Amino acid sequence: MAFASIHVPNFPVQAVVRAEPGLGNRAVALVDGTPPIWNVVAANEVALLAGIELGMSKSQATPFRAVEIRKRSRVQEKSAHAALLDLGASFSPRLEDTASDTIILDISGLTSLFGSDENISAQLVQRASALGLFVHVAVSSNLEVSLHAARGFSGITVIPPGEEAKSLGQLSVRTLLPSAEILETLERWGVRDCAALAALPVLQLSERLGQEGVRLHELARGACLRSLVLAQPGVCFEEEMALDFAIAELEPLAFLLGRLLDQLCARLEARALTACAIRTHFDLEDSFEKDFQLLSESSPPKLAPKTYEKVLRLPVPTRNSKMLLKLLRLQLQEDPPHAAVLKIILSAEPARPRAAQGGLFLPSSPDPEKLELTIGRLAKLVGPTNVGSPELIDTHGPGDFRMARFAPVSDESTIPSKNRSAVAHGSRETPRAAFRVFRPEIQANVELQQNYPTRIYFRGMRGNIIAASGPWRTSGNWWREDPWQQDEWDVEVRFDSVSGQSQKISSPRTQNGIYRIYYDSLRAAWFARGRYD
Amino acid sequence: MAVNLATLRSHVELALVGRVTAPFSYRDRHAVETVSTGIAEIDSLAGGLPRGALTEIFGSACSGRTTLLLSALAARTAQAEACALIDGCDAFDPHSAVAAGVELKQLLWVRCRNIEQTLRATDLLLQGGGFGFIALDLGDMRADLLRHVPLESWFRFRRAVEDTPTVLLVLEPESNAKTCASLVLRMEAEPARWSTTLETHAPDFFRYPPSWLSEGFGIRAELLRSRMQPIATNSFQKPFASAGRSELIETNVLRSYLSVTRMESAPK
Repeated sequence: MAFASIHVPNFPVQAVVRAEPGLGNRAVALVDGTPPIWNVVAANEVALLAGIELGMSKSQATPFRAVEIRKRSRVQEKSAHAALLDLGASFSPRLEDTASDTIILDISGLTSLFGSDENISAQLVQRASALGLFVHVAVSSNLEVSLHAARGFSGITVIPPGEEAKSLGQLSVRTLLPSAEILETLERWGVRDCAALAALPVLQLSERLGQEGVRLHELARGACLRSLVLAQPGVCFEEEMALDFAIAELEPLAFLLGRLLDQLCARLEARALTACAIRTHFDLEDSFEKDFQLLSESSPPKLAPKTYEKVLRLPVPTRNSKMLLKLLRLQLQEDPPHAAVLKIILSAEPARPRAAQGGLFLPSSPDPEKLELTIGRLAKLVGPTNVGSPELIDTHGPGDFRMARFAPVSDESTIPSKNRSAVAHGSRETPRAAFRVFRPEIQANVELQQNYPTRIYFRGMRGNIIAASGPWRTSGNWWREDPWQQDEWDVEVRFDSVSGQSQKISSPRTQNGIYRIYYDSLRAAWFARGRYD
Repeated sequence: MAVNLATLRSHVELALVGRVTAPFSYRDRHAVETVSTGIAEIDSLAGGLPRGALTEIFGSACSGRTTLLLSALAARTAQAEACALIDGCDAFDPHSAVAAGVELKQLLWVRCRNIEQTLRATDLLLQGGGFGFIALDLGDMRADLLRHVPLESWFRFRRAVEDTPTVLLVLEPESNAKTCASLVLRMEAEPARWSTTLETHAPDFFRYPPSWLSEGFGIRAELLRSRMQPIATNSFQKPFASAGRSELIETNVLRSYLSVTRMESAPK
């Protein structure tokens, strides 16, 4: 058996730095407490060198100009811990969630995949770095030894079997986390490291310190045996960020969204997963609109919701954070939150990565991710209901259709065979005359002679109907509130000639040809529906 | 001198080996791959629609431009190619397209309201890439508006589509793309064909008014410009006609007479 312990030193600071990568090389101190009393609860080494001490008040820490002071964030610590679990799960399903800053992996049998224990440790450090965490890794055949070595030694530590006691000897007894009373006793005895503790006779130690003393003695010798308490890392991919000041503009909001998406995508990548949907949740500041409405006495106050939620569904699973950010931006531009944002929660619905096999003889098709971005931009330009793939509705209503999501296929065999055979190369079939629709339909004046239309007037043009086919009577929806009843005619119109300038700028909608007109019996009016072209 | 030239040439070729395949061979930019329009007469006239180039179809309303567009769309979607239609006047009829054989799932339809939206949408789709066929339908727009489209827009479209497998087809009332178009076709409508009961009921015209059925109309396509040279591919190829030649195509009307009840006018 071999165990690898991963420890995140100075975990609260690293959790904050992970959310703000710009703080990476700077002195950072975290304050916590109940306002107005704020004390420094954590600081990185640079801040400690600069003079910051744990426990000092915020007012004492503020004069240190080089030190960035941040509030401790439980939300970011939770996200960092989830990322740590994702890191462990990307290597081994057998892992223990020891503490918020420490996990232990069973790495038995991973040699064939990742190489030696040193290689495994190096890859753990590398992947942790990709997730925004700096970690210490220790590998040992004893679980407790690996745990204490990770907490006590920086970087990578590999302890060969049989050398546990020797390796732990240099560690301070504080690493074994004794109670304060025992620690004080040990310090009074002059026992400061594990080697000194391991050298004490166990019987006399038991008489003086009890069972706790015996346990510490076993830990110091590297002889404490226990089994792994297995944990099941969840599939909840969520990143949160609580803001000190509300953000009302899109640009700074997009900047923060980009950071959170980077973290989400890195976690998904660690678990070899992708996102099929991104949920956005904002906690909003009380809106001015609400205050304004409360002031007006004439109308009852309409309380604006304090949250904003959106779901971005993706046609193909992806973990490309840049593309996801562009899509989120388009979504926010289309439907922005009605007030400034105080808290951001981004969550991803995990899915298996897309497995696509290209074919040499398949026609070219747009890259799905790029296509989604293009469609998003088009939707912003012309409106979301005006972009998509048309779909006929199973109804007799004239011209009924709906817009569906555009999802082309690359495989020719999925196209109905009748279409393929009908439009074979160099088809000799007579083509169907195409129809163009007037949207909205144009009201027309029609003169009848013996119930046949003979002259038509619409869009400022008058013409003779030289042939007409109809009426084709259709009706429907009589059981609903929007019934229709129409008599359709196909008419060939020869418009009266116009002269001069008006001919040059005349609308192409009024030119000689075959038009489809109809008489709406319910509205008692004639309309032009379109023309053959 | 000739020996020196040959030596110099071989020296340059050796220096560029691995970077440039054939530095001294002429690359013919006019050799393009073409695809079928779905109408045999137009294929024989123009040789099909060129990939990586701009094709302009113009003509008055009811001249058969949309019929040609739907035929080309049907041919491309049948080959499982992703197609896009930028509809400048929101005049596309999905029912008519299905009747023409267009596979709607393969078609991205962008419904625009004005010329600015239409040109911007075209830019976005061309930049996105990957489409086998992009049609820009400006057929119902006022000619004077289209004349004000800057020439650089057409150049930009031509450059964007160059060296790609995309067919870019533009429908207009007048030709505006000028030299940016590799293929220009002018469409004209021929008189419509009607079948009538006029002759059979002629003796008693007022008692039984004549019934008429539209059978379609003819389209005349004229090739105005073609700067294509065929290349040997497995795609559609036909011998090309010279500019100025025209072809007549007959069409059927869309309406399915069997599925609708015919209402005869009641005699008075």
